Amino acid sequence: MSPLVQLAAEEAENPLIPPIPELVIGLIAFVIVFGFLAKKLLPNINKVLEERREAIEGGIEKAEAAQTEAQSVLEQYKAQLAEARHEAARLRQEAQEQGAALIAEMRAEGQRQREEIVAAGHTQIEADRKAAASALRQDVGKLATELAGKLVGESLEDHARQSRVIDRFLDELEEKAEAAR
Amino acid sequence: MSADPTQVLAFETDCHLFDGCGFPAPGLHSFLFEPLWGDADSNLYFNKTMLLALLGSIIIVGFFWAAFAKPKIVPGKLQMVAEAGYDFVRRGVVYETIGKKEGEKYVPLVVSLFFFVWIMNLWSIIPIAQFPVTAIISYPAVLAAIVYFLWVGLTFKRHGFVGAFKNFTGYDKSLGAVLPLSMTIELFSNLLVRPFTHAVRLFANMFAGHTLLLLFTIASWYMLNGIGIAYSAVSFVMVIVMTAFELFIQAVQAYVFVLLTCSFIQGALAEHH
Repeated sequence: MSPLVQLAAEEAENPLIPPIPELVIGLIAFVIVFGFLAKKLLPNINKVLEERREAIEGGIEKAEAAQTEAQSVLEQYKAQLAEARHEAARLRQEAQEQGAALIAEMRAEGQRQREEIVAAGHTQIEADRKAAASALRQDVGKLATELAGKLVGESLEDHARQSRVIDRFLDELEEKAEAAR
Repeated sequence: MSADPTQVLAFETDCHLFDGCGFPAPGLHSFLFEPLWGDADSNLYFNKTMLLALLGSIIIVGFFWAAFAKPKIVPGKLQMVAEAGYDFVRRGVVYETIGKKEGEKYVPLVVSLFFFVWIMNLWSIIPIAQFPVTAIISYPAVLAAIVYFLWVGLTFKRHGFVGAFKNFTGYDKSLGAVLPLSMTIELFSNLLVRPFTHAVRLFANMFAGHTLLLLFTIASWYMLNGIGIAYSAVSFVMVIVMTAFELFIQAVQAYVFVLLTCSFIQGALAEHH
């Protein structure tokens, strides 16, 4: 008989009847595990899981806040930019208007000065002409008188009428010239 | 209980096919161990399964200590693995059956049970150890007893004496004349059979699994002679297959054990209808 067969024969024990020492050790072994996990390790990790959850939620909240802020800043910038564009357009318009007004003003001024100059020239010319005419009239009168005196042989110089005669004559001449023109 | 463990290990028996010796089949003796210390008859001894049980405890505590002693908000690899395991039991088992509000209190117990049972089962395929501690009825029995007392206590606490009695007996007026019979059966089923099956389900699975592994391992060795080598190869393939299968069964049995635990607790907390 081999030892194995012998062993098998000896075994009358029911495997469903728990040996007491194993029960005790099993209880101890489980209590060790339960004690460590329940008292220290699982509360530890629960705390960290909670912290992590909060950290993630906090991070999301922060990101949302940052995004909102960025959005508002962007809108602000856009508004400012639009305003600046508007302002620039307005300034350009104004400058154009001002430039046009300036040019018109200068043109008017030029015109006015030109007219002034021309008028002054005319006046001058008129004055010169009058002066020349007056001088000419005197000279012509004198020459005519002298000539007449020579012709008639007597001097008419000192006669007061003389000059009136001459003037009348000259006026007639002028009237004729005017009429002829 | 005077079995010599060395006698049942296949590679230490110098017995092969055609050598004129019989097949050293595994049996009940495969689940008996000579004490490493003390006397087997005095109930004061220390053997391999006890060593494995305590070692298993230390491994679980060590693992979770390394992972959770100084947990970080941004987890390392080990913490991540441990968290996944913890989360699986917490969400996948406790919250699913008992619910988050009521279940939170029982999470530590259920997590401990799951990992304890699992490592005890795992010993089955860990080299040198190669014995599922839960294949000794004492270990599942003590765990089932803890759950049983918790469950019974909770039922009394929640429903009072009469309520608990109704809960255990499945009291239902509409049953009429069958009620006494139904109540007797329910009482018997709940208070006596339930803890027994709870423990035995785990025990028997591990017992059978270990027996299968032993059978194929011993056969591989026994048939390693002459023409038997071909059969031996087949048997060895079966060892590999069964080992993989056992790996699966070990996890499943641990899962089933805690799932039942949760369903008992849930039954105790539920209102009687």
